[in-house]
Amino acid sequence: MLDIIRGKAYVLGDNIDTDQIIPAKFLSYNPSDPSERKYFGMYAMDGVPAGQMGLPDGNIRFVKPNEFKSEFSIVIGGRNFGCGSSREHAPLAIAEAGVRVVIAEFYARIFFRNCVNGGYLVPYESPERLMEITHTGDELVVDVKRNLLSNVTRRTEHKLSPLGDVAPIIEAGGVFEYAKLAGMI
Amino acid sequence: MAGMTITEKIMAKHSGRASVSPGENVWVNVDVLMTHDICGPGTIGIFKEKFGPHAKVWDKNRVVIIPDHYIFTADDKCHRNVQILRDFVREQGLIYYYDPEFVKNEPGMPNPYIDPTRTSYKGVCHKALPEEGHVRPGEILLGTDSHTCTAGAFGQFATGVGNTDAAFTLGTGKTWLKVPPTMKFVFHGQIPPYLTAKDLILAVIGDISVSGATYKTMYFAGEGISSLTLEDRMTLTNMAIEAGGKNGVCDVDDKTLRYVRARSRIHDYDVFRDDPDAKFCYEQEWDLAAMEPLVAKPHSPDNKDTARNCRDVKIDQAYVGSCTGGKITDMIFAASILNGRQVKVPTFIVPGSTEVHRDMKQLNLHGRPKGPGEKSIEEILIDAGCRVGPSGCSACLGGPPDTFGRLQKTEVCISTTNRNFPGRMGSAQASVFLASPLTVAASALTGHITDPREYVSSPIETGMAGVA
Ligand code: SF4
Repeated sequence: MLDIIRGKAYVLGDNIDTDQIIPAKFLSYNPSDPSERKYFGMYAMDGVPAGQMGLPDGNIRFVKPNEFKSEFSIVIGGRNFGCGSSREHAPLAIAEAGVRVVIAEFYARIFFRNCVNGGYLVPYESPERLMEITHTGDELVVDVKRNLLSNVTRRTEHKLSPLGDVAPIIEAGGVFEYAKLAGMI
Repeated sequence: MAGMTITEKIMAKHSGRASVSPGENVWVNVDVLMTHDICGPGTIGIFKEKFGPHAKVWDKNRVVIIPDHYIFTADDKCHRNVQILRDFVREQGLIYYYDPEFVKNEPGMPNPYIDPTRTSYKGVCHKALPEEGHVRPGEILLGTDSHTCTAGAFGQFATGVGNTDAAFTLGTGKTWLKVPPTMKFVFHGQIPPYLTAKDLILAVIGDISVSGATYKTMYFAGEGISSLTLEDRMTLTNMAIEAGGKNGVCDVDDKTLRYVRARSRIHDYDVFRDDPDAKFCYEQEWDLAAMEPLVAKPHSPDNKDTARNCRDVKIDQAYVGSCTGGKITDMIFAASILNGRQVKVPTFIVPGSTEVHRDMKQLNLHGRPKGPGEKSIEEILIDAGCRVGPSGCSACLGGPPDTFGRLQKTEVCISTTNRNFPGRMGSAQASVFLASPLTVAASALTGHITDPREYVSSPIETGMAGVA
């Protein structure tokens, strides 16, 4: 896992569900096939309604049409991020678009678990309502060792909640890697 | 030792410990793992990548594969995905696989779906799991689908997981779980004829919000729950995920045992009950006599209102289906209102499973085998002007553009399904109201949202429908 993650922020609101992150019509792509997997990057956040895409403006696409990667590499969300279905395609799509860390107030359980066990994203929780004070496009730096977020554009610093008991799995890179280190498999 | 809840006892037993408490992480042995056509291919891919191309599943009697999501479509990737499941089943020698034989691994619409009794195709996994005897009290069921929590109605721990988790369990038979604290919802009184479990769960979700049960168990208790059929209890536990719950659970009673005995090949399971001093992180009591038919307005399952208050909302379409509202009892509820009347808006009926569809053809309005001259449930619905589609997930999650009942534009739909997020049933411009099958049927008759009390006065019998 990287210790320092830098990039531009993409800001979303509360209750971002998995149908918004990756709409069901794209689920027929097989994520285990590399030639199909990249389409999850192309369609990441495709279901976020107009007005909510990239706050506060609300009309900034996460991934430009016909591209596979996003120019944003840190996603900021509100409450209950990733609610809805159990589709692992959701964290996978965000990661496939080039994101390494998501920061939300709290997560829906299965999304959080998929981030951790699949080793896709570092799912940070923030005690502050960052979605209200961060703008899409702000330059951010996340210091994973110190659980600290710096907003370079606004010159502010924000404490992030420690990753807690899932930190060893995140550090290992996922549940398989963790189980290997622990001698389970 | 502190008292434990049902969920804590199940986790303790499966982790080989005398007791567990909320917040602890434990490694548990899994009894059954289920996957389907949407998440199966990804799960199989990770399984092979991590355990090697020749790896075998941990126990071929404990893996259940149920294609259900994208079956009746011309999208050839969907058919390819079913083929990936078939290949895996053959290679691993899996026993419990329910193939849609009529779907060929080639482009174009599948052959017409004619007689479900001639194929092993089942329909929606959460309905098929209990029907086919894969749920039992006291067990742990994982599925690659968030509504796996449905099976908690049978007194087991059931929850949804992602592909990586499922692949890990496929190879090891284990998973790690954080022991959830339990929220207790007690329902007093008997279910009145104008309410179904859907109204109860919409009330709870509206009360605690779509994240009110995040990381927690939702335990539904009280005589009100005992008064529900097992199928209606499944509606409650099914929607635990809509409040963010990790699992939902009900007590095991005679109704549960009768169902499980009739269906399961395994008769060795544990019936756990809460200790008298079990701890709950939240307790709420509801009086069924004081509750009203509800809807969840667009675009969130917690956006609750009474059906009565929404009578000015005009609808373009009605939908009865899904693992939440496509069971045989749901069909009887809808048919009892539609019987002898005509719908005013296009009304789509999707049986949750091929068994439900068979029962719709064979049972009468009271859930008993139809006699000579009597109409079947399906005949009642068709005569009322409804369209009956093939069983499966269908438009519950939108699906490919040619999906039966899918919302294509800016329609307003009232539906017995479980989610009304933007775009969930197809078009992101459409609006979905969630409601009970009674409210959906009453609204289909008038063309606007309608309180079913205008049509229901006496109790609706469902007999043994859906049980044996
Ligand atoms: S019927 Fe709907 S909610 Fe149920 S498993 Fe299918 S898509 Fe999911």
